[in-house]
Amino acid sequence: MLKPEVLRELKAIVGANWCLDSKADLMAYSFDATPLYQHLPDAVVVPASVEEVSAIMKVAYANRLPIVPRGAGSNLSAGTVPTSGGIVVALNRFDQVREIDQENMTATFESGVVTARFHQQVEALGLFYPPDPGSMTTSTLGGNVAECAGGLRGLKYGVTKDYIIGIEAVLADGRILKMGGKNTKDVAGYDLVKLFVGSEGTLGLITSATAKLLPLPETKRTALAMFNHLTGAARAVSRIIAAKIIPATLEFLDNPTIRVVEDYAHIGLDTEAGALLLMQQDGPEAICERDIARMVAICREEGAFETKLAGTAAEEAALMAARRSALSALARKKPTTILEDATVPRKHLAEMVEQINHIAAKYSVQICTFGHAGDGNLHPTCLCDERDHEEINRVEGAFEEIFDATLKLGGTITGEHGVGEAKAGFLEWRVGATGIELMKGIKDAFDPHHLLNPGKMFARETRRRVVIR
Amino acid sequence: VSEIKPTTHLDEDLLLTCMRCGFCLPACPTYRHRQVESASPRGRIALMRAVQEEQLDILDIQDQLDACLGCRACESACPAGVTYGALLEQGRAELATKRPNPWAVRFAYKWFLGTPAGIRLSGQGLWFYQRSGLRALARKLGLVAKLGGQGLAGMERAIPDAASPARRAAARRRRVTPAVGERKLKVAFFLGCLSDIAFFETNQNAIAVLAAAGCEVDVTPGQGCCGAVHGHAGEHDMALEQAKRNIVAFERGDYDYIVNTAGGCGAALKEYGRLLKDDPAWAQRAQAFSLRCRDFSELVATLELPPLRPIAGTITYQDSCHLRNGQKVIAQPRKLLQSIPGARYVELPEADRCCGAAGTYAVSQAAMSDTILDHKMNYVKGTQATTVVVANPPCQLEMIEGVERAGLQEQVKVRHIADVLAEALPK
Repeated sequence: MLKPEVLRELKAIVGANWCLDSKADLMAYSFDATPLYQHLPDAVVVPASVEEVSAIMKVAYANRLPIVPRGAGSNLSAGTVPTSGGIVVALNRFDQVREIDQENMTATFESGVVTARFHQQVEALGLFYPPDPGSMTTSTLGGNVAECAGGLRGLKYGVTKDYIIGIEAVLADGRILKMGGKNTKDVAGYDLVKLFVGSEGTLGLITSATAKLLPLPETKRTALAMFNHLTGAARAVSRIIAAKIIPATLEFLDNPTIRVVEDYAHIGLDTEAGALLLMQQDGPEAICERDIARMVAICREEGAFETKLAGTAAEEAALMAARRSALSALARKKPTTILEDATVPRKHLAEMVEQINHIAAKYSVQICTFGHAGDGNLHPTCLCDERDHEEINRVEGAFEEIFDATLKLGGTITGEHGVGEAKAGFLEWRVGATGIELMKGIKDAFDPHHLLNPGKMFARETRRRVVIR
Repeated sequence: VSEIKPTTHLDEDLLLTCMRCGFCLPACPTYRHRQVESASPRGRIALMRAVQEEQLDILDIQDQLDACLGCRACESACPAGVTYGALLEQGRAELATKRPNPWAVRFAYKWFLGTPAGIRLSGQGLWFYQRSGLRALARKLGLVAKLGGQGLAGMERAIPDAASPARRAAARRRRVTPAVGERKLKVAFFLGCLSDIAFFETNQNAIAVLAAAGCEVDVTPGQGCCGAVHGHAGEHDMALEQAKRNIVAFERGDYDYIVNTAGGCGAALKEYGRLLKDDPAWAQRAQAFSLRCRDFSELVATLELPPLRPIAGTITYQDSCHLRNGQKVIAQPRKLLQSIPGARYVELPEADRCCGAAGTYAVSQAAMSDTILDHKMNYVKGTQATTVVVANPPCQLEMIEGVERAGLQEQVKVRHIADVLAEALPK
């Protein structure tokens, strides 16, 4: 509970309509898309200007109150759950694209702009902003920047950090900091812009950003290949890259996922297939044709028993349906869907999936894996029931072992979802004691009283790394 | 919190189907305008879950439940297949245990809309009200607004002239309309309550179109209201009563289909199977009933109409939320309208978003309803349509009101798709 005078100050800043503290409103901001995490905030404010945010931060700073920034609340690592209470600052009213600069090929947008809407706006002008996280129809760009969101086009086009060149943020004490701008080249001092991308709301509150844009590719082609064995699909992925083809999208589904998808969508997938690859190339038509034909040929050589090439937009949609319905199909299977994003260097893809299946069997949990084969970013997805505590214990054990296996293969605990609170206990496994120490030093420089998204990124205690086998 | 009692209506398994991804947020009209999580489907589900888990009292979340249109656009956006409409009805049934609907509302739901005789009487009452000078008097004194608020007054202004008792009686005596030419199907016609009371002629037009398409149409006696209005208001038992009455009435005939002209009613009829799934005596019968139900355009789109006569002007179409999101009937009405010669069809931007009628919402939540409606009318203006076609009676009233609010009554007519198709039938 906030002191009444603090609440009065907040209401004076944003207006009574935009400062929420009813039981129902607090409950509605007590969660995000991460299963198993929930905690009530003490208040929610929905500001509309950077000046309001600054004033809110000053109040919080003076009273030493936690601040939890929030966009669409589609986070998958509990990054926007107010687990220490405090004030949730919802930025969805920051919803304007301020400028699309066609000469400089940049766009400046506020944090609350919905990603898919931004895509539509820039694409209407023949421009292209590639990051396309799975949640883009609801996620906000501010959230994407704070988490360094990825998506299906990461292999060819990179992720959010490869596009953000300017950021405006409000610091813990309320100062407004402008970093970067529209320059392609800018080496003036430490790169604070890149530091803020992926900082998960622990360094400051991002209110707007500038992204560089690309020309929109003229056309795209899509193909699908089904394999008997996962290893065949993985070899095909390696050979496609070795043949110096960089596809726009190279997605895969493993057998458990194929079964669940077919069971749900009835789109004619062979449920005995060991793996499915979905390939897309974009660019000039001749190059799309050439690359997609070569990728299909490689898949055939590596033992694909069926390949399909989309000729029309409708056929393309039909092929993409297999990948698109993966999450829907999985989510319907069990009450709780835990989606992780362990990532390995791409050549270890098959080995990693096999280890995941092995670990799932060992802990007798149901894990389906799909993801971005081209960049080694896997989404092992566990279907369980959060009411069954014994099962949840096994799920946690399995994921711990999956993270361990990932790191042994030179991978990382999270490719695009962020550390948040859910993976804070594993961060040291990935970056080491020295890494943590330095990161904490950075955190202290920005946020000496640890008011910004407390409990996220840095665990109160690191998980003891179990020695496996 | 010790005083919170265990809930009886909220289904934990159903609540848990929401994985909180937030994909529903951009689809929700009230979230768009209110911009806070508790005005979103995900927020409301979380609140109901908190009630079910005894962290909140149902009364803590009454404003949030009242503010929901129940348009179910969130269901179309949901990757996990959450049946939000069912959850909302459970939440409102739970609410009604602690905050009963006013006695006058319950009385009207029970006796006027809740019985076949009550529906007939209401139709006659409407005619009398309009023709006796009562309407003129009430409007002069602003009585409707004083009694039921601006929302009800707007709706009252939009109601077209009612059919006379004599005309109703003649239609009832006729009962069966034979197919024109060869009989291809035998269908039962479901009148609906509001449709029958205020849109008698639309139902007659729908019957004429069905007959022209080769259907023998039987206006089955003993039928009543679909129960949607009861379910949406949390009157679960009354809703069950309506469902059972209709199941019994339509079991008496060997119909290929049961057809209706109201997107909202149709969605409710098709959900009897779900509504009664836990009642062994009724589950199977309810399922069989629901499987035979078809919306008017859903069925007509599968049949062959005689060559249509041209209609002048520009036509656009506003989806009925429950036809689109509940019944997934999206392409059929558009296809039918585009098949009319002469008329130019223009797609209405955001046709898939609620107009603000939402059953009784336009009356109970008039301010939000008007905000949504005015937003919609900007798009209608942009189409330069001369006819806005609808597929659900409350939408028809709401869009008529919207046209008036926008000052477009000289240029734009609001008509049900059955009325438009009937006009295009060969003479």
